[in-house]
Amino acid sequence: MVQELTITVNGEERRVPVEPNETLLEVLRDRMGITSPKCGCDRGDCGACTVLLDGRSVRSCLVLAVEVAGHEVTTLEGINRDGLTPLQQAFLDRNAFQCGFCAPGIVLTVTDLLARNPNPSREDVQEALTGNLCRCTGYAPIIDAVLETIGGER
Amino acid sequence: MAGERFVGTPVTRVDGLEKVTGAARYIDDLQFGPDLLHAVLVESPHAHARILSIDTSEAQKVPGVVKIVTGKDLPYKYGLYMKDRFIFPTDKVRFVGEQVAAVIARDVRTAKRAAALVKVEYEPLKPVFDPDEALADGCVLVHPDLGDYPHVPWFFPEADTNIAHWRKTRKGDIEKGFDEADLVFEDTYRVPRYVHCAIEYHGATARFDHAGRLTVWASSQSPFTQRHGFAEALAPLGISHKDVRVIAPFVGGGFGGKAGVTMEIFAAALAVMVPGHPVKINWSREQEFYNTYQRQSVVARLKVGVKKDGRITALKHVLNWDAGAYVEYGANIVNAVGLSATGPYRIDNVWIDSVCCYTNLPPSGAYRGFGYSEFTFGLESHMTRIARKLGMDPVAFRRKNAIKEGDTLAYGAAMNPSGLHQCINRVEEAIDWGVKEDSDDPAKAIGKGVACFWKAPAMPPNASSGAYLKFNEDASINVLVSGMEIGQGFMTAMAQIAAEVLAVPPSKIRVETPDTDRNPYEWQTVASHVTWSCGNAVKLAAEDARKQIFELVARAHDYQVKTLYLEDEAVRSTSNPDFELPLKDFVIEGIMNKDGTFMGGPIMGRGMFMPEFSSALSDPKTSQGGKPNVHYTVGAAGIVLEVDRETGRMKVKKVAEAIDVGRAINPDLVKGQIVGGIVQGLATVLYEDMRFDENGRILNPNFTDYKIPTAMDIPDETVPIIVEVAQPDGPFGARGVGEHPMIPAAPLVANAIEDALGVRITSMPVTAEKVAMAKKDAEAND
Repeated sequence: MVQELTITVNGEERRVPVEPNETLLEVLRDRMGITSPKCGCDRGDCGACTVLLDGRSVRSCLVLAVEVAGHEVTTLEGINRDGLTPLQQAFLDRNAFQCGFCAPGIVLTVTDLLARNPNPSREDVQEALTGNLCRCTGYAPIIDAVLETIGGER
Repeated sequence: MAGERFVGTPVTRVDGLEKVTGAARYIDDLQFGPDLLHAVLVESPHAHARILSIDTSEAQKVPGVVKIVTGKDLPYKYGLYMKDRFIFPTDKVRFVGEQVAAVIARDVRTAKRAAALVKVEYEPLKPVFDPDEALADGCVLVHPDLGDYPHVPWFFPEADTNIAHWRKTRKGDIEKGFDEADLVFEDTYRVPRYVHCAIEYHGATARFDHAGRLTVWASSQSPFTQRHGFAEALAPLGISHKDVRVIAPFVGGGFGGKAGVTMEIFAAALAVMVPGHPVKINWSREQEFYNTYQRQSVVARLKVGVKKDGRITALKHVLNWDAGAYVEYGANIVNAVGLSATGPYRIDNVWIDSVCCYTNLPPSGAYRGFGYSEFTFGLESHMTRIARKLGMDPVAFRRKNAIKEGDTLAYGAAMNPSGLHQCINRVEEAIDWGVKEDSDDPAKAIGKGVACFWKAPAMPPNASSGAYLKFNEDASINVLVSGMEIGQGFMTAMAQIAAEVLAVPPSKIRVETPDTDRNPYEWQTVASHVTWSCGNAVKLAAEDARKQIFELVARAHDYQVKTLYLEDEAVRSTSNPDFELPLKDFVIEGIMNKDGTFMGGPIMGRGMFMPEFSSALSDPKTSQGGKPNVHYTVGAAGIVLEVDRETGRMKVKKVAEAIDVGRAINPDLVKGQIVGGIVQGLATVLYEDMRFDENGRILNPNFTDYKIPTAMDIPDETVPIIVEVAQPDGPFGARGVGEHPMIPAAPLVANAIEDALGVRITSMPVTAEKVAMAKKDAEAND
């Protein structure tokens, strides 16, 4: 049974028809054409689908779209609007990503981390990233870039 | 090297901005409009069974179903090196997950619902899962018609057996070698199957239009190989190569899993069944485990003879590979190992049998390392063990036998320039080899391990690369190639090579992912060969463009070509320091003559590269006589590992890895390959543990139960070391490095465990549980 929802996505109020069992990831990608959140496991293991829900990172493959009615969703498309953030710039400068498939999720997870904890330790960064799988980089360049963003390791 | 401005520098990735902004488009991000159809496959629950009937009548009734396809509709075979596989089998299924039918519907949910209603009646047959069993007399045959299968001439299948290929390499006199030895040591090593686990699924969309044009969009390492595969498989329908177009966007991780043709064949074939509509197939994570390629398992029996002074006199390596139900690609891995399973050592007497066995497990194929990780586990474990038995230092032992330029390889050709000794020395230093370390925690021990490795690209001798290079009005450049950006930094390396030749910065060079209609031929992005092979093609294309530039300027301005050079996006002349003609002034618009006419035209370079010295033809009984490998990239690695004496739990304190890359086009990206590759390698030995049940089903086809490393599971410190002994035929001296970093990881861990606890693990993975049990067993035996 399709119902119409109102969701604020990247600052814009959107009305979308959704099925009760559709996930937020499906609605963002298939109904809105917002493609930076990726599907890599469809069960919350890989974090490629990470988005910000009212500012906190969530796995959009585990969130039903109907749950977010009236809430605010931010994807990388929304983050980009004011140019690169210092975090994105550090990822770029350090060649932190390889295939880049996990990048949108990682950018948002770390954005959330830094909003909550502006001075994370290396271990804090590692722990925050445990829900975002990357098969290419071995994580070290990603962690180093995050620490560079906050002005070096504490 | 002197004077190079762009090559050898850590420039920012040319695809970096697209990736940090999420702008990069991957296969599932492409939009195909409201006419898009979705296909879902019906898969076998049996590892080996006869197909008795397929009833699609109930599924057909589901509203929204457009078409149901079975093998009767598409009775075509395909295969890269061995045509052993039907798109949809009609007689038998040979592994759990094999596709027997497809449902094409208006949406995915409908297709899934209908697929569940397709009734397939099977008669289960006895399966075989183990390579040793597959070779036993009287074993069930996975392919009774093997003798009739077409294959490349360098494969040697044996009819009426499960042997798909048997590579035999014989050098010197193996018995004499063992007779000469003061010590002969034998053991067996077992390596299980692994899965690539790229975070992006496989996916493909295809459209066969009413004019007979087949376009396939695919997440692919091999767009041209796929085009060829589709054209060949569908030739009975009147499709030719010019009618097939493959468009490959960014790949979200390949690692060999998106090489050749895997699930894309279904998109291509199903599109033909519903002309006019695009048809999309997207794999699930579970299908990534069953229905791409897996890395093969191997049972490796190794016998090595040494003199007291440490010289290796003989090596016999017998490897039985479980290659799965279809070996159309995987047999080439077995072949590659059959030529190289000596490792990077100078050995006079060699006997290698590398036997590719059909089994009823999922088909195997390319996985980063292409067989070398698998044989290196046993070989480098064995090297440390035999050194210890001789009372010799394992590093000194390796150094004594390490291969050098000009040494005779197992198949008779000569070794290329190699910095193996430098690699060993640098690693020895980096991990303070020989210095015993103690953990702060008395419950833990610290061990060190070393391993050497090598790998050659496994390619047909005529694998080639093409490149076009075209200037734009502002002297920015588009480089057209068909190598794939799979994360390794291919685009950036190509931009740097073109930049170096044409004095235009890499930031002004765009390298795009390919479209086989527009971009020139590339064999495949596999074998760690594209920096070398496609890099050569790009360099030639840039030199071709430069020649056109110089000839035009010489004609227009009366300079001799030999006085002209490029600097800072302009042409200059040694004969006149004041002369400076910016490229943007003429590369499109030409140069105006006094009378207002123009000379010149758009500058477009062209380059192509094929290793014309390579040959796969050799004596099948000995492998002597050919030059199947273009070159080897060598390296060495060392580890400092902390292990809990009680639980076996391990922590990698430090890994150092040195690789002779010939020339690092971009040292930052080379280090990225090393750091990432080590973690992928360590994962195969410490974390990943695929389990099958007795019916050939995978018990853990997901990331919850098949553990790949998280950001918490990495070494405390990784030291990537670049060694540069130039490859004479490489672009600026470069040779490949993509696969190599993961190759030594498993024996490093096994060697360090023995150093720390005195127990030897001879099967992968080396889990905490296995270490703890081995320690208990050893204590019980004391």
